[in-house]
Amino acid sequence: MKKLLTISLLSAAVLAGTAQARDYDTVRFGVDVPYEPMEYRLPNGDLTGFDIELGNALCDEIGIDCTWTVQGWDGIIPGLLARKYDAIMSSMTINDQRRKQVLFSDPYFTPPSAWFAPADSQITVPSKQTLEGKTIGVQRGTLQDNYATDMFGDVADINRYSTADDMVLDMDAGRLDIVFLDFPVGKSTLLDSNDGDYKIVGKMISEPKKYFGDGFGIAFRKRDKELAEKFDAALDTLKENGTYDKLYKKYFETKQ
Amino acid sequence: MEQLNTWFTQLLADNEIFTAQTIGYYAHGLANTAQLVLLSLLIGLMLAVPLAIGRSSSRPWVKWPIFLYTYVFRGTPLLIQLYIIYYGVVFVDGIQDTWLWLILEKPFYPALIAFTLNTAAYTTEIFRGAIKATPRGEIEAARAYGMSQAKMLRRIVLPSAFRRALPAYGNEVIFMLHASAIASVVTIMDLTGAARFVYARFYAPFDAFLFVAAIYLCLTFGILYLFRYLEKRLLAHLKPQT
Repeated sequence: MKKLLTISLLSAAVLAGTAQARDYDTVRFGVDVPYEPMEYRLPNGDLTGFDIELGNALCDEIGIDCTWTVQGWDGIIPGLLARKYDAIMSSMTINDQRRKQVLFSDPYFTPPSAWFAPADSQITVPSKQTLEGKTIGVQRGTLQDNYATDMFGDVADINRYSTADDMVLDMDAGRLDIVFLDFPVGKSTLLDSNDGDYKIVGKMISEPKKYFGDGFGIAFRKRDKELAEKFDAALDTLKENGTYDKLYKKYFETKQ
Repeated sequence: MEQLNTWFTQLLADNEIFTAQTIGYYAHGLANTAQLVLLSLLIGLMLAVPLAIGRSSSRPWVKWPIFLYTYVFRGTPLLIQLYIIYYGVVFVDGIQDTWLWLILEKPFYPALIAFTLNTAAYTTEIFRGAIKATPRGEIEAARAYGMSQAKMLRRIVLPSAFRRALPAYGNEVIFMLHASAIASVVTIMDLTGAARFVYARFYAPFDAFLFVAAIYLCLTFGILYLFRYLEKRLLAHLKPQT
């Protein structure tokens, strides 16, 4: 039995090694839901979210069909390698560890951070001048902490909190002039649950890479280089023709 | 010396954590911790002396309120007291518009208030014990000399009570230094706050916390030495005669 297994594994490995990259007319995506607003289900059960819509738009651009397969996060890379689907588009952060197993497309998204301040705040654009002498709230040890410390640590006071709850409490109390948060966290804790008390200040920030990382990429099997290149080209087109911006606005901009 | 210097430079050359910036954080943290602890101990001590005298009074309306205060502050964790004074007060409506907010807005004063009230409660009880342990003979002798109550306190009871309380008070000072480590939960960059910052930034718990532990050890050593000196000076008469 063991021998048989070894032989079949060996032959599988040989087959996989020699198999030629094939042309796809349907690409099956693996996705782990829910992770709002990147991927989640509507009340009627349909999948939607930034990843899903962008994935479908990319397929349209290439001229192929896409289907979506739901797969739990811990088995999502093994599922790709076992050919249950052909690509993963599920808010996967590009890193070297994963690069050993899969081939990533160009990053298509970096989760943004944003500045939040009380609605009556005078600060319009966060900069060294406008934040001088102000108190900035961040969560200790987050990338937002690193960014704010390096950029404004010399002109502003930085209060570091263990939890986002403590920070929101101090913001409510009026002890903080402005906070720098992961955008989805800030949106749910400050914008959605307090109607009109807080606002976003300035643009969303996801640069430079040194602080905010490589962002999310689509993962392919290593031998599907051609397919990855097609997606990269399609992504460039969508970014140029405005489709990407439209989707970005739909999911990451709040009505003000 | 030259050798030591090059050795030290080399030691620091290939580390990414202890740069001038992080050392600066630790130095800043040391200053904050020292300020908090010294101020709270000083104010606490000034509060504790009259409170301890009141606590040893035989009048119930003086004695019991002070007992209630020490009971509450010794009976609840300092962390809880700090949370109530820093985060809790926020829920008092309109406090932001009163002069109290000038004190409570920044984390330093709430922490100072919590630490002071806490150490004053413990110190009160330490002194009360020492006052109670005054030998009866000394009090009778003072009465026989016709001293008034106040004069007796000033000349007989308090000086000997302070001496008796000294070793226990030294412990309280060390406890207070260590208790001040919780100041970082209300965003104060004290020594522990600096260590937590360095830990979170470099993911290096050993380096960050061992370094700060070493600083606390040095501070404790200084306190121990000070109290040993004081005990030697003030309690000389209790030493066995040779």
